[in-house]
Amino acid sequence: MSGVRVLVGTRKGAFVLTSDAKRERWDVSGPHFAGWEIYHLKGSPAEPDRLYASQSSGWFGQVIQRSNDGGKTWEAVGNQFAYDGPTGTHLWYDGTPHPWEFARVWHLEPSLTDSDTVYAGVEDAALFRSTDGGQNWQELPGLRQHDSAGAWAPGAGGMCLHTIVQDPSEPERMFAAISAAGAFRSDDAGQTWRPVNRGLHSKEIPNPAAEVGHCVHRIAMHPSRPNVLFMQKHWDVMRSDDAGESWQEVSGNLPSDFGFPIDVHAHEPETIYVVPIKSDSEHYPPEGKLRVYRSRTGGNEWEPLTNGLPQKDCYVNVLRDAMAVDSLDSCGVYFGTTGGQVYASANAGDIWAPIVRDLPPVLSVEVQTLP
Amino acid sequence: MIRVVLPQHLRRLAQVEGEVRLGVAGQATQRSLLDALEARFPMLRGTIRDHVTQERRSLVRFFACEQDLSHEPPDAPLPEAVATGTEPFLVVGAMAGG
Repeated sequence: MSGVRVLVGTRKGAFVLTSDAKRERWDVSGPHFAGWEIYHLKGSPAEPDRLYASQSSGWFGQVIQRSNDGGKTWEAVGNQFAYDGPTGTHLWYDGTPHPWEFARVWHLEPSLTDSDTVYAGVEDAALFRSTDGGQNWQELPGLRQHDSAGAWAPGAGGMCLHTIVQDPSEPERMFAAISAAGAFRSDDAGQTWRPVNRGLHSKEIPNPAAEVGHCVHRIAMHPSRPNVLFMQKHWDVMRSDDAGESWQEVSGNLPSDFGFPIDVHAHEPETIYVVPIKSDSEHYPPEGKLRVYRSRTGGNEWEPLTNGLPQKDCYVNVLRDAMAVDSLDSCGVYFGTTGGQVYASANAGDIWAPIVRDLPPVLSVEVQTLP
Repeated sequence: MIRVVLPQHLRRLAQVEGEVRLGVAGQATQRSLLDALEARFPMLRGTIRDHVTQERRSLVRFFACEQDLSHEPPDAPLPEAVATGTEPFLVVGAMAGG
């Protein structure tokens, strides 16, 4: 019988939540790596029991963990992330040049086809790749060495490469997003990159329509339509129908177009989800009501999904990597909050229920649909 | 044998309980001790000192014999009591919240 495995990264460890396809009763495993920050963990599409986890600590630095049995057991693999060549500088918060310094791995993106190949998006922003199951990491320096990189500046959370999207129809094409530099596309398997931010408008930067400098929070793609991208920017929800060449705002009737995650329904490529947040200085839902908004029209027209979610006195946040969907029928939608809840809907968002309520602050949620 | 006490997070990462006992060839220094520790527990590489520069991570401290040895040169001899195993060498996560 099919089922789902939800991989949850938190401020104080990782948790693995499993259920059968009904998604009503859950087993909770964890905390794994107790006390460490788990920014992200994700399974290989090619070999679902192969998982990778980013484990980090302000005291003891970065560790990468790998599991070959779906998270039952783990082994530490390579953790040396050395920038390739001269590191140069980017801009610091005060506008002065600041040397590139590795801080942590924000996001791990396993290859679509090879379980030993995995990409890592790191702070300070750069893209690394391992082709031996995480034992050794090599930077793909073309992104960090882009001509614009000296002008990149960190967002409030640090200058992180947080989003890596692979095009399933064109193996050489991939997208990355950096806070606060923007979105970038490679058409040669990560060797060279160019900004793809035309149409973004950010009033927080001197030239609101600049080629780089935008605080992109998250990009999502449906695998059946890889030229269509959806973006939650610092403010504004955007879509592109030409693989990032141009973007149009689709915030429509959202109560706030600030937010972090965005995701696409597994079977309906025009159905997308966001979690509106009041503002960049008030990281909680408008009116204290935790609402997922769903658009069935690829944006612009949004409906609030509230059944089962707290509709008063709720002041949690939902971070950029903390939403995911399964591919069961009907599509399951999941998200985690900074208050430690992981909510699930087994019916595309119509009704929600917490799987767990009292975890440490949730940093990331990924879902695997198991045969 | 030199006795090393790791903080809980690193004991769990190295999958050890209690003290670690290490033989160090030649003179016992911070560098030779950490070399031996990382050789036996490769998963600790990068967690106590930088992979490349080998500088101590800023929020890691080294204590022994009721002294803070964190700022001692890495090639300075360790106290005799540590080298002979009378006193342990403590790797400590700095008291810094969290």
